[in-house]
Amino acid sequence: MLKQASKATTAMSLKKGLQRRWRLGEKFIESWIFLAGVLTIVVLLGIIALLLKEGLPIFLDTPPWEFFFGTKWYPVSEPPTFGIMPFFVATFWVTLVATAISVPVGVACAAYLAEVAPTKVRETVKPIIEILAGIPSVVMGFIGLMLLSPLVQSAFNLNTGLSGLTAGIMLSLMSLPIIISVSEDELRAVPDDFRQAAYALGATRWETIRHVSIPGALSGVTAAIMLGVGRAIGETMTVLMVAGGALAVPVSPTEPMMPMTAAIASGIGNAVRGGLQYQALFAIGLILFAVTLAVNLIANRVLERQKRKFAR
Amino acid sequence: MSTGINKLKKGWLVLILMTALVIIAAGCSSQSTTAPTGDELSGTFSIIGSNTVTPLTSVWAEEFMKMYPKVNIAVSGPGSGAGIAALINDTTNICQASRTIKQQEIDQAKAKGVEPYEIQVATDALSVVVNPANPVSELTIVQLSAIYNNQITNWKEVGGNDAPIVVLSRDTNSGTHVFFKEHVVQMAGLPTADTSREYGSKVLFLPSTEEGVSETAKNPNAIFYPGLGYVTSEVKPLAIKKTTSSTAVLPSVATALDGTYPIARPLLYYTNGEPTGTIKTFIDYCLSPEGQEKVTEVGYVPLK
Repeated sequence: MLKQASKATTAMSLKKGLQRRWRLGEKFIESWIFLAGVLTIVVLLGIIALLLKEGLPIFLDTPPWEFFFGTKWYPVSEPPTFGIMPFFVATFWVTLVATAISVPVGVACAAYLAEVAPTKVRETVKPIIEILAGIPSVVMGFIGLMLLSPLVQSAFNLNTGLSGLTAGIMLSLMSLPIIISVSEDELRAVPDDFRQAAYALGATRWETIRHVSIPGALSGVTAAIMLGVGRAIGETMTVLMVAGGALAVPVSPTEPMMPMTAAIASGIGNAVRGGLQYQALFAIGLILFAVTLAVNLIANRVLERQKRKFAR
Repeated sequence: MSTGINKLKKGWLVLILMTALVIIAAGCSSQSTTAPTGDELSGTFSIIGSNTVTPLTSVWAEEFMKMYPKVNIAVSGPGSGAGIAALINDTTNICQASRTIKQQEIDQAKAKGVEPYEIQVATDALSVVVNPANPVSELTIVQLSAIYNNQITNWKEVGGNDAPIVVLSRDTNSGTHVFFKEHVVQMAGLPTADTSREYGSKVLFLPSTEEGVSETAKNPNAIFYPGLGYVTSEVKPLAIKKTTSSTAVLPSVATALDGTYPIARPLLYYTNGEPTGTIKTFIDYCLSPEGQEKVTEVGYVPLK
């Protein structure tokens, strides 16, 4: 009996010890996760601080007005001139082409997958589309250079196939998976009751999609489009390879052009740390960061609203 | 319960022991493969810079690493400007360049405690190429300058078809970009020289020489300026006239050596101070007769 009692006490103390250890482990993991969370914020703030520190001094040399609206970019000349209008307009055209193609195709594809396609088709097609998102951008650049640019050149009778249009088409292929995947999720989040109600009122499938599902998921679809646009603005390698890289302010998307990302990528290797060109490129990076951040923030805001809409 | 815990503990112990054994074994085997066997050269160094010099440097580096298996050379070719920036920022051991270093860059280097030391390793005839379907076969430097300045925009103005000229260039990272600007666009050494001239805004700036050559091979209206080593049978090199009265000369090893080809240039290595140790052995190899033989094989012009 004494033996039993001692056994019981050892078991008790063991249990207590385990509990203590458990609590310690819990604390450790908690603080570790907290640190990980803080780290991302620190990194983000660090990036912003670095961009500001390295980029802002350019405005001491080139006033902001000349920097933003100047049309001449000669960083290695004596004296250098920094005007980023050509890059800004190029980014605008390339993104416009990418959006114009990927939005109708992407939303239509998402509607098909969410509303029309049988489960089996959806379950095979969606992963395949998501694989498209994983193709490295340099491979997309290759395809654009070798396959698409001769096609674009002959189809639009251009002097060269290296143009903003070619880059925009390649970018649309890269933002399509994001738009399809997110829109499809959002469309499927629209409660089925809505559709059943529409059918009960005698609506056809098209009418249901057009007047019930898409309006119901509108803010989610908008967010998907914004995410796709953000991808298109920030993409570098593909536009560097296929956009052509001319420094004139492009008046149409069929001209060769150099978007902001390509300008940074093609110039930064040559820039001496702390030099004027280095600062100018960082300032472009700052603008690019602000634009993509704004797009992503809006997308997040809209997505949040969508989630709240159907929360029960 | 306690025995259960004990069992669990033993299981862990065995697992830990086994892992430790595996790690030790792996450590031993990797150690034995890296154990020094002789007094050969060893070490790692990097060569960064000109896209033009890269094919030549790659061949030299490969041969050198075959001779000295313990040496590891990393070669990359983002452009001469990038290479010189890397030398100034002390992120490369050797900078390969297809243009000479500028005074401004020397000052920047000295400010950072770097002493650029120049070694010429080969010579290049900078070729101007067009599509083989293009009937134009020779141009003067003045015409080239006007083409790259966008004053001449149609091939018929220089004796070709009635078609717009697609002007291709390297981006600002490239030593070839800078060399071509100074010696062709700004016409250095000619009576018409104009140092304020720039590339026209319709010129396409491409990230690599390969891309320019492949675009010229595809596009009947394109013109581009690769190093002699990049000229393939898919593009047609143009004969260049220094002035309208001089004879047109095609780029080749012979014409670059005898100085008749007007846009030949030195290919250079820059190191921080005079090279020593492994790097000196490497550069000695590059300048040796065997090394200079490779220069001809790659398509550039050897020193002697």
